[in-house]
Amino acid sequence: METKLMKGNEALAEAAIQAGCDAYFGYPITPQSEVLEYLAREIPKYNTKEHIRVVLQAESEIASINMVYGAAGAGFRAMTSSSSPGISLMQEGISYIAGAELPCLIVNVNRAGPGLGTIQPGQGDYFQATKGGGHGDYKLIVLAPSSVQEMADFVFLGFDLADKYRNPVMILSDGAIGQMMEKVTFGNYTVHKTEKPWATTGKPESRGRNYITSLHIQPEKLEEHNLKLIEKYREIERNEIRFEEIMTEDAEYIFVAYGLSARICHKAAIMAREKGIKAGMFRPITLFPYPSKRLNELAHKAKLFLTVELNSGQMVEDVRLAVNGKINVEFYGRLGGMVPNPEEIVNKLENLISKENVS
Amino acid sequence: MSAEELTITEKTDNNISAESDTETDTDNSASEISCDTDEYSVVYERPHTLLDVNMHYCPGCAHSLVHKLIMEAVEELGIQEDTIGVAPVGCAVFAYDYMNVDMQEAAHGRATAVATGIKRLMPDKYVFTYQGDGDLAAIGIAETIHTINRGENIMIVFINNAVYGMTSGQMAPTTLVGMKTTTSPFGRDTSVYGFPIKVSELISQLPGSFYVTRQSVNKNTAVRKTKKAILNALNYQKLNKGTCFIEIIGNCPSNWKMTPVESNNFIDEQMVKTFPLGDVKLPSAEDLKQLNQIGDKQPC
Repeated sequence: METKLMKGNEALAEAAIQAGCDAYFGYPITPQSEVLEYLAREIPKYNTKEHIRVVLQAESEIASINMVYGAAGAGFRAMTSSSSPGISLMQEGISYIAGAELPCLIVNVNRAGPGLGTIQPGQGDYFQATKGGGHGDYKLIVLAPSSVQEMADFVFLGFDLADKYRNPVMILSDGAIGQMMEKVTFGNYTVHKTEKPWATTGKPESRGRNYITSLHIQPEKLEEHNLKLIEKYREIERNEIRFEEIMTEDAEYIFVAYGLSARICHKAAIMAREKGIKAGMFRPITLFPYPSKRLNELAHKAKLFLTVELNSGQMVEDVRLAVNGKINVEFYGRLGGMVPNPEEIVNKLENLISKENVS
Repeated sequence: MSAEELTITEKTDNNISAESDTETDTDNSASEISCDTDEYSVVYERPHTLLDVNMHYCPGCAHSLVHKLIMEAVEELGIQEDTIGVAPVGCAVFAYDYMNVDMQEAAHGRATAVATGIKRLMPDKYVFTYQGDGDLAAIGIAETIHTINRGENIMIVFINNAVYGMTSGQMAPTTLVGMKTTTSPFGRDTSVYGFPIKVSELISQLPGSFYVTRQSVNKNTAVRKTKKAILNALNYQKLNKGTCFIEIIGNCPSNWKMTPVESNNFIDEQMVKTFPLGDVKLPSAEDLKQLNQIGDKQPC
């Protein structure tokens, strides 16, 4: 066990090495370039003849994600990282990877948009990450870290889930979690190596050829493939939902937030409690699969949910779907890379409570 | 092209390949004859690296022939177990249905990036891409140039038939000046669309390219030269000196709206004026000496 003070991006990069990542392909973009820099510096130290490990700065995010496709298709633990505009460029490749069922890890250190936007943190890529992003019907497993420790932990978890389900996993972080420094402990995880008999490693006499493809030109075959994917996503929903609850046992008012917003809401809940408001916080850790069932249960006890996001209201749609009209689901968001402080969130909650009491 | 064609064309030195390509299953009949009687000996067989299935290619198209040449080379070099191919979107997107080696299908234009991902992790394998002109020279030109600039130790087979074949005959980056396509119905106008890209000449300028050659398969002598180029390019991966690039001027009878014979003639009469055949960049004598010393070693 080793505890270090590290940046989120660097902790993620170090975790990649420790999780047995064979190949990293990336392209510089703020606020995640430290991942590429760290790995360019550190991975060569681990590269041996017996275990080839690759770090390569590609000519674009498009090339990066397709290099990941090639390496993952050959059976290796491969990953890339980028930030919002770069992740947009990768969407075609991600769709192919999902279609071809290749396990890999994709990290999005979310910045505010649209377009070039800014380099400050944002959560505007929630829809892109959880609803598909690229063309066609597919799902990523989406993990949302809210600390430097989770930036590291979710790399291990992400690779394991990717291998288990032959599905791309996205870590949806943000510019603040990526850039902040916190203590982080390594050594809690064991690396699981999965057999990949489907990989294109060269065809020996003993088996037929392996091929990686997302092409199913016959509609009947593609529908069959689609249904198989859907069944896999249902299985992931049954097995992999993760969330965290803070002071929800007796909470009347529950903040629902992920990532950076959840850190702020945690503090806001404590401040509200000090003011005598029975507040709590619910933090989805997996954004797909989404913890809808648990949110629905909580809606039986609580009076109001306040969803807080660094966007104009994206996850709040999933919260409302989960609650299904049972209680009021309100929204508070900041945009453009602006980050709310806990006081303004408590103020928002107090305003909502007073309105509720009036009506 | 079938066994019969090869035999006949070799004897007569007369190009009938395009006509014969319209017949199917000649391979089977040829092998049946040679197996059932003592009078005939086997002079040609389908390589075991090429699967015994009907191809989807149009009659007379160069693709099926080039597929066969690559798979013959893989068989002759005894590297089936160590070969991984990448075929992106385009007419050859189904290549994995025909080539009996491990393969990956790639997104449009991204084959060399995918191949980079494979080769970097498995440097002792033989990796090749098989790409068309729209794929390699338009949407994938960035990947093409950067892959070769990095000197990735792979073979790129570039089928240049001057049109987008799979989407039925639109103008490609290599469409000849004045050539009519469905999206240049009055002929390619250089004031609007510029000039055909000469990829072989372009990438030969990059230090990362090791062996660059432009060949065709429209007649028997050309087929033999192309086969030799493929064998060389695969062999050169043992040297790890850079990217091998084989441009093959292909025909596209369907989209050129020609018979197979006319399309083969069109290559000699028109295509080679813009895309002259021959080697563009060759290994040095020292490189070849080194290759001889290496012998059967796998790529490094």
